[in-house]
Amino acid sequence: MSNSRRLVLSRSATLIAAASTGLLMPEIVRAQGAKVRVGLMLPYTGTFAQLGVAIENGVRMAINEQGGKLGGREIEWFKVDDESDPSKGVENATKLVQRDKVDVLIGTVHSGVQMGILKVARDTGVLSIIPNAGVHAATRALCAPNVFRTSFTNSQPTLALGKVLMDKGLKKAVWITWKYAAGDEAFEGFKESYTKAGGTIVKELGLPFPNVEFQALLTEIAALKPDVVVCFFAGGGAAKFIRDYAAAGLKGKIPLYGSGFLTEGVLDAAGPAAEGIVTTMHYSDSLDTPRNKQFRLAYAKEFKSQPDVYAVQGYDTGLLLVQGANAVKGDFNAKPALYKAMEGAVIDSPRGKWTLSKAHNPVQDIYLRVVENKENKVIGVAAKALSDSGAGCKMG
Amino acid sequence: MDFANFLIQILNSVQYGLLLFMLAAGLTLIFGIMGVVNLAHGSFYMLGAYLAFSLSGLFGSLTLAILGGAALSVVFGLALEWLLFRHFYQRDHLDQVLLTFGLIYIFEEVRSMLWGDDVHGVPIPDFLGASIPLTENLSYPVYRLFMSGVCIALAIGLYLLISKTRLGMKIRAGAFNRDMTESLGVNIKLIHAIVFALGVALATVAGMIAAPISSVYPNMGSQVLIMCFVVVVIGGIGSVRGALIAALLVGLVDTFGKVLLPQISGMLVYMLMAAVLLWKPEGLFKQ
Repeated sequence: MSNSRRLVLSRSATLIAAASTGLLMPEIVRAQGAKVRVGLMLPYTGTFAQLGVAIENGVRMAINEQGGKLGGREIEWFKVDDESDPSKGVENATKLVQRDKVDVLIGTVHSGVQMGILKVARDTGVLSIIPNAGVHAATRALCAPNVFRTSFTNSQPTLALGKVLMDKGLKKAVWITWKYAAGDEAFEGFKESYTKAGGTIVKELGLPFPNVEFQALLTEIAALKPDVVVCFFAGGGAAKFIRDYAAAGLKGKIPLYGSGFLTEGVLDAAGPAAEGIVTTMHYSDSLDTPRNKQFRLAYAKEFKSQPDVYAVQGYDTGLLLVQGANAVKGDFNAKPALYKAMEGAVIDSPRGKWTLSKAHNPVQDIYLRVVENKENKVIGVAAKALSDSGAGCKMG
Repeated sequence: MDFANFLIQILNSVQYGLLLFMLAAGLTLIFGIMGVVNLAHGSFYMLGAYLAFSLSGLFGSLTLAILGGAALSVVFGLALEWLLFRHFYQRDHLDQVLLTFGLIYIFEEVRSMLWGDDVHGVPIPDFLGASIPLTENLSYPVYRLFMSGVCIALAIGLYLLISKTRLGMKIRAGAFNRDMTESLGVNIKLIHAIVFALGVALATVAGMIAAPISSVYPNMGSQVLIMCFVVVVIGGIGSVRGALIAALLVGLVDTFGKVLLPQISGMLVYMLMAAVLLWKPEGLFKQ
């Protein structure tokens, strides 16, 4: 027992050391014409399993629509289940880069795991595309020429909220979220945009992730009597927050706004309590454009399920990769040209056309949505071509 | 915080504490009587929530779902005891931890196969759907009061069962001295099976009752498991009365911590636990 444990420990230590010193740099020379090696590092088990599947579906669909090849080369897929476990992030990413020698690593959902991928990507220089995780560092202080993001930063949706609230005359807000990185980063976006527009944040409420006992804080909100409550929650906790908010009698008295993840995938669970909640996000299932309708139809036909925002992000990841690969005719070693082509790409996404910022994060429209009949109905654009600040990003 | 608000927060604390008690009671019973550390206890809570979701859809009534689910959970508990736990009573705690830790993963996978990974909601029954206005913009959902009522009823029921009935006497005797009790002609295996099934049923019913306000989602069990252990440790391992006091204490600290000291609210409960252990290393009520 102790022997084998020591073996595991020493092996992983060697692996980490090798990875961090760059000893095991991927082979530079590879014959043209061989298959492109595409690595998918996504959650296939656990809470985020469905997100991982949706992203993979999106990636494959985009590439298949463009002929199923990357710059004329066939594709060989490599998959790793990252289990949304941050402690295995570096190890799993290293597996794809060193063992499978992937040309591009697509992943992942969980921000903590993303930090592991980011470390490996920065150390080895492998092309890395982030299809979801919104952690700021990836396109801010730790940005890199070989790291691209096709989703959002955690503060992007809430950056669009401030002006919307002030236009409605909601001048005093209470903010509530889980106290963890994504919640704090979402707050940063809200605080910046709301105070800039002239609003006052009366109180910042928080509870440890993933605690869902909201009652005490709802009582506090009722006592504070703000004009509006703004929040960041997601998944099961979001559904519970929405229901508790209504059950406490606050719904209809104090409007509830939030980052769009509040109402993604939980509208059935939240039921009528969710009606009327206004959120901001870079996509909505009900976005009424021909491009989105065509995408949704094709996706539903192929995968026998309805696409969500994660499928769209995966799809856009595929589109970005195809554009880059085609520009260099499949030569993934022509890195400067490949990155340049990707940086200049215009992605014709179901969410609307978007481009990349200097820090490699989407510059995109953020939609204003209201929940109506269990659907996020788009009622306008909250911010056009919104860009993350990319503060602290120094490329090259 | 004015006085009205203070009272409402007290109500919140008690209500949260009672739910915690119901969860922790089963855990502390199983540990106290059979000496089994059951990490899979949170999974029973999750199972309850998913049962409430499925059965309330099937029967069209949450009340029926809870009755049906409670019966199912007793059967499930008995089967689990007979198949696995029975063989682990005399084993080392580490073996028990390994077994029950493995069970968490198995239950999660089965849950994923049977119900998928979506978030689900369970409707509150119409006759409990109202809210009572407390202040001008805050109301208290009747369902939460109902939950507290059920928890109080179960606490009283447990107390009566253990201290006033013949079965309770046998249970206490078995925990105190297994061999002696057995040689007096008590079927200790049966007693253990009953206690285990009771513990499972308590957690499952807690999950079913909590489902309408907590929603139903993957991994919901592991979140409550840690709180359960905190309650059991503070209360004194194996003591049902201790679990009740500890659960109410944790409810108070958690609720007021969130409001008054939000920066450290995540730690406060654990600081309480550390303080209690320093003062009374065996917990508040030692068995």
